Amino acid sequence: MNTLAGTGTLLRLALRLDRVRLSVWVIFLAIMPAATAAQYKKLYPTEQSLQAVSGVVSNPSLVALNGPLFGVSLGGLTAWKIGATEFILVALMSLLTVVRHTRTEEETGRLELVGATVVGRYAPLTAALLAAALANVATVLLVTLGLVGVGLPVSGSLALGAAVGLAGLVFAGVAAVAAQLTAGARAATGIASAVLGGSYLLRAVGDTGPTWLTWISPIGWSMRMRPFAGEQWWAAGLALGAVMALSIVAYALVGSRDVGAGLLPERPAPATGAPALGSPFALAWRLHRGTLIGWLVGMAVTGAILSGPANSLSDAVNLNQQVTDLLARMGGRKGLIDMYFAAVFGITGVVVAAYTVQATLRLRAEESSGRAEPVLATPVARIRWALSHLMFALLGTALLLAVVGVGSGLVYGLQTHDVGGQVPRLLAAALVQLPAAWVLAGLGVALFGLAPRLSSLTWAGLIACVVLLELGAILGLSQWLVDASPFAHIPKLPGSAFTGTPLIWLTGIAAVLVASGLAGFRRRDVG
Amino acid sequence: MTDAISVVGLVKTFGRTRALDGLDLTVRTGEVHGFLGPNGAGKTTTIRILLGLMRADAGAAHLLGGDPWRDATSLHRRLAYVPGDVTLWPNLSGGEIIDLLGRLRGGLDQRRRAELLERFDLDPRKKGRAYSKGNRQKVALVAALASDVELLLLDEPTSGLDPLMEEVFREVIREDQRGNGRTVLLSSHILAEVEALCDRVTIIREGRAVETGTLADLRHLTRTSIQAELTAPVNGLTGLAGVHNLHAHNSHVSFDVDASELNRVLRHLTDSGLRSLVSQPPTLEELFLRHYSAPTAARMAADGERSEVSR
Repeated sequence: MNTLAGTGTLLRLALRLDRVRLSVWVIFLAIMPAATAAQYKKLYPTEQSLQAVSGVVSNPSLVALNGPLFGVSLGGLTAWKIGATEFILVALMSLLTVVRHTRTEEETGRLELVGATVVGRYAPLTAALLAAALANVATVLLVTLGLVGVGLPVSGSLALGAAVGLAGLVFAGVAAVAAQLTAGARAATGIASAVLGGSYLLRAVGDTGPTWLTWISPIGWSMRMRPFAGEQWWAAGLALGAVMALSIVAYALVGSRDVGAGLLPERPAPATGAPALGSPFALAWRLHRGTLIGWLVGMAVTGAILSGPANSLSDAVNLNQQVTDLLARMGGRKGLIDMYFAAVFGITGVVVAAYTVQATLRLRAEESSGRAEPVLATPVARIRWALSHLMFALLGTALLLAVVGVGSGLVYGLQTHDVGGQVPRLLAAALVQLPAAWVLAGLGVALFGLAPRLSSLTWAGLIACVVLLELGAILGLSQWLVDASPFAHIPKLPGSAFTGTPLIWLTGIAAVLVASGLAGFRRRDVG
Repeated sequence: MTDAISVVGLVKTFGRTRALDGLDLTVRTGEVHGFLGPNGAGKTTTIRILLGLMRADAGAAHLLGGDPWRDATSLHRRLAYVPGDVTLWPNLSGGEIIDLLGRLRGGLDQRRRAELLERFDLDPRKKGRAYSKGNRQKVALVAALASDVELLLLDEPTSGLDPLMEEVFREVIREDQRGNGRTVLLSSHILAEVEALCDRVTIIREGRAVETGTLADLRHLTRTSIQAELTAPVNGLTGLAGVHNLHAHNSHVSFDVDASELNRVLRHLTDSGLRSLVSQPPTLEELFLRHYSAPTAARMAADGERSEVSR
């Protein structure tokens, strides 16, 4: 049988299923760079103002977060500002798409239904990769058109568009391989996301230290295409090579395994439940622990790595007079380091909130899969069941932020010989993000309890927070809109004065949302 | 003795669909009650309301002397439930899931658990995602049957089981019935299963009970098939009330006759001189098909017949 038979049909099916989802992703990815460029054009109309702002952004901490600034120009600044965010988002779009149309279909058994028709062995993987590739090609075109539309040079615009699309393709390949390794879609997404997180961090370390690390990171390749700064087209070759290699591996793996099976061995499962496995809480722990442990490791590493460059901030080279004056007003070297940490924790807060949303929506996932029903048919009260999951969403978030804070405190403390002082200081600075993340958990519970079908809109809430945090100021959005994000109200610690009032407010709002969601869940039909 | 389940005039709507439309259902304590109906008739909705997972829009439901919505938690201590479409946690083994559900219900009999695993030929060491449909069903069955409860709510519990395992299921329910006198509400569309196990049956269609009673009662409502060889060609059968599908060929006749007219029709046959007679009792299947083949007509007929049974 032709091993690719049915690919076209499956591709059309994938595009049909994802038409809204992928369109929203692509449009969002296309708008962000153009909007950033347009806003920068207004903010920095002269060469001089561009020079000034370029001086500020070329310090190691911002290099760690966003990568190096390659060219002092409108395009260069735009690519620097939006690049890292675009690469990560496009990678997420691609890896989620590929896992959804390969492993998720297989795990749910839908692929079996399709596979029994005239569909070749390689068709599902090919269709998934093609769907991701089409979305990436559309992204390349629209990003390029948008930037050219703002008035940026064509070649740089195309380079940035291509850098985004290639990052997407590489992670489509990563996901294609990950989807063959495990029998579970959740684990496949986890593996691919971990590779994404790892390549961001490798680049962060590489850009501020041993450069070779940047060159083994797919995110690093996209940045090193140097859009608007003497484009290095050959860097695209690295990405394309990786896409080829990953695809070959994925196809080889598909050819050597059974439908439904993974390559990583399934451990023999226990024949009886451990004595402790007898409460809704114990069940929730079993369901959440893999994700939570993965996140804990990831956030500990992130905290440690991102605090690496902080101490070298004072050595930041060629600060011009204007910038030095600015820094002096902010409290000198210490002020700059505090600002850096405040920025890092601000981003971390939103990233950790992704775990919060994921863990909260587990409630809905359990319900809609029908797995909540047998548990709720036992003497477990609804609220108790919901709280067993919510504990992981709420306290797991606290634990993750604590791990980031302690990790940063240890690394920075060791560098400055002040572990005892820095650990509690940075721990507190990380933990102030908690109430904002809890508001998103509250939104999730409220939707789950009152409008369960709309539960996944919680993700839209998180994305809105990311956009407002990253781009609110740049896009010149009005203040009340920026203030709609709970993260906008968190005191910028360390450095700024601590104010408890917004934290109390946010916690209160989260509590009200959770309570109303639980009250709704108690009253509504399950299933 | 009070009824284990008593449902009167239950109504449940989903948007424009009326899933339950004034359903009545009574399950006596200690009986195995068959709950028959085609897909989408409202069986699962009824069971979900009985479990307190859904709230009825109108009507009254009582379960083990309590209100299934208000007293859900305490009632669940006394019952076990097997859903028709079992989904398991992909990362938990079958054995873990059986123990978990049993413990949540307040403990399960380990000897019974081992025995059931053996009889259902279920490997508890596999992860949830690795089980086939039939085996997922077995996991839920073992968890429910090994629990010490008064009432079993089984929603198409044998869907996906092979005939051998279906037989095991019937044996287990029968033994259980003899030993513990558990009450069972068995929703099904497998008629043989219901005929083999149930004391009484309720047939539901479009959210309403169209028949209810013992199997004997229900059989009484249906027609017996008669094939007879007579000494001479018979006349006058066509004109008799209650005779349907008459085929006559010389001295051979075959027809269906309403239970109520059986006596009179047979007398007519014996008067004509009988050489041989084969009669087939009505099966539940015929009854079932009669209700579902012609929707509205059947419902009207059923309404009439229902009153007859309750009389």
